[in-house]
Amino acid sequence: MKRSHRVLPGFRLSLGLSVLYLSLIVLLPATMLVWQAGQVSWPELVFYFTDPRLLASIRVTFFAAACAALCNALLGLLLAWILARYDFPGRKLADTLIDLPFALPTAVAGLTLSTLFAQNGWIGKLLAPLGIEVSFTITGIILAMTFTSLPFVVRSLQPVIEDLSPEYEEAAECLGATRTQIFFRVILPTLIPALSMGTALALVRSLGEFGAVIFIAGNKPFATEVVSLMIYTYIGEYAYEAAAAVAFFLLSVSLLILLIVQLLQWRFRPRANT
Amino acid sequence: MAFSPEGEYVRQTRSPLRRPTAAGWLLIGCGLFFVLMLLVLPLVLIVSAAFASGWRLFTDNLLDADMLAAIRLTIWVALLTVPMNLIFGTAIAWCVTRFSFPGKKLLLAFLDTPYAISPVVAGLCYLLLYGNQGWLGGWLDERGIQVMFAWPGIVLVTMFVTSPYVARELIPLMQAQGSQEEEAGVLLGANAWTLFRRITLPNIQWALLYGTVLTTARAVGEFGSVAVVSGSIRGQTNTLSLQVQLLQQDYNSVGAFTASLLLACIALLTLFLKTLLEYRQAKNSPP
Repeated sequence: MKRSHRVLPGFRLSLGLSVLYLSLIVLLPATMLVWQAGQVSWPELVFYFTDPRLLASIRVTFFAAACAALCNALLGLLLAWILARYDFPGRKLADTLIDLPFALPTAVAGLTLSTLFAQNGWIGKLLAPLGIEVSFTITGIILAMTFTSLPFVVRSLQPVIEDLSPEYEEAAECLGATRTQIFFRVILPTLIPALSMGTALALVRSLGEFGAVIFIAGNKPFATEVVSLMIYTYIGEYAYEAAAAVAFFLLSVSLLILLIVQLLQWRFRPRANT
Repeated sequence: MAFSPEGEYVRQTRSPLRRPTAAGWLLIGCGLFFVLMLLVLPLVLIVSAAFASGWRLFTDNLLDADMLAAIRLTIWVALLTVPMNLIFGTAIAWCVTRFSFPGKKLLLAFLDTPYAISPVVAGLCYLLLYGNQGWLGGWLDERGIQVMFAWPGIVLVTMFVTSPYVARELIPLMQAQGSQEEEAGVLLGANAWTLFRRITLPNIQWALLYGTVLTTARAVGEFGSVAVVSGSIRGQTNTLSLQVQLLQQDYNSVGAFTASLLLACIALLTLFLKTLLEYRQAKNSPP
């Protein structure tokens, strides 16, 4: 590669600083995890990953995160749609509040949701006669995960819906399409890339969520324990190798999900542009 | 679709908001119901629970020595993390938006890794590196420097989890702005510092401020990774977020919600500043 002359100053300084900071703060610690996970022998690995308690926590986490991502996809679509399309009183306020889950510390979110949805809480009281228990059940885990990752789908869809040019809908209407047809055949396909990206980010966030979940889950082994809590427990027991192995597994799944969605984006992009 | 007064075609970036139809009102009703349940009620609950046993108990909890220590530590962590993140964010945004070099994509991919890492896993990474058996931990320990279960560890993991925040705000903006203005500055003989101070900084100030707000919010509220590395020593290595958990485990509901109220106020301030900054940014750079 030919080295071109650089007009602007500060290339070496800024690159040096960035690489140094990233290496020290992000890469070196992350490498430690991979290295430690690599130290684990096969029999140990089999031993860790056949522990029924860990397997139960993996099942709970993946199930709850998938449900939360689905809830987020639907709720996010609804919220992004009304915020981008309609003019109604309270729109600005609702738009601002959407980011609350990112701004509110997860511990506060967990504590508040578990109080709100407890049997004697404001909302839990109303749900209890219906036989719905939220706090200290898997429903609570799904709720906490949905809450903490709510902004992802809304914020990835909103600009796309705002940018939809009305011509396509008008054309479809002129050609006699019903409103349902317009939504499912004209609008939804253009939203799929942003929707899938937002949902994937929400899913990854939910898989690793810790703060909000442990407050509301009740953390009963085999029933309402999540993987991140298992890692935390291993750390507390100084079982660093087990912790590293499980953490590496969780990290690999997260990266794999993001990679798949990124590949899908590339696949979808030419179609979305034309 | 619209045309400017000069007759050029201008792409309308935002389709106008519509008056809702009957079905629209139904959707809005559903949406607002969820916003009320999930976002508004929790905030109301925090205030009401913090003052559930009166003003007196609230102030008692607020002025408790452990609570004050937690507040001090939290502020200290934010004060150390935010400037570092600002310098790093500006540096990486400058080098990836103004220059092309091999490995740029890789650098950007590494920048995003903290998003994919669970907070507990982030804490574990640091524990493995700086813990007693870690590569650096043993070496530092011999020299009497303790990183884990002390404030430096908390600052380091906070820097880890917040590292993409400023950069991710700056990069799209600086990419959109291009480098013509800076290049003109160089041709007119400006040195690097003048260039940054007079041209780049005014262009990115709102995004920079927004990045600061986001970083501060996360730094103040970080829980999972801090829980791993802090050791939760009362009055010493307890941040405000950890204090919430500790008080809840003590069955001190008022105390837990008092700490929550402080954190919620910071969250609301964040949202307010964010809205304000977005408004300023929209005004400063018409599409």
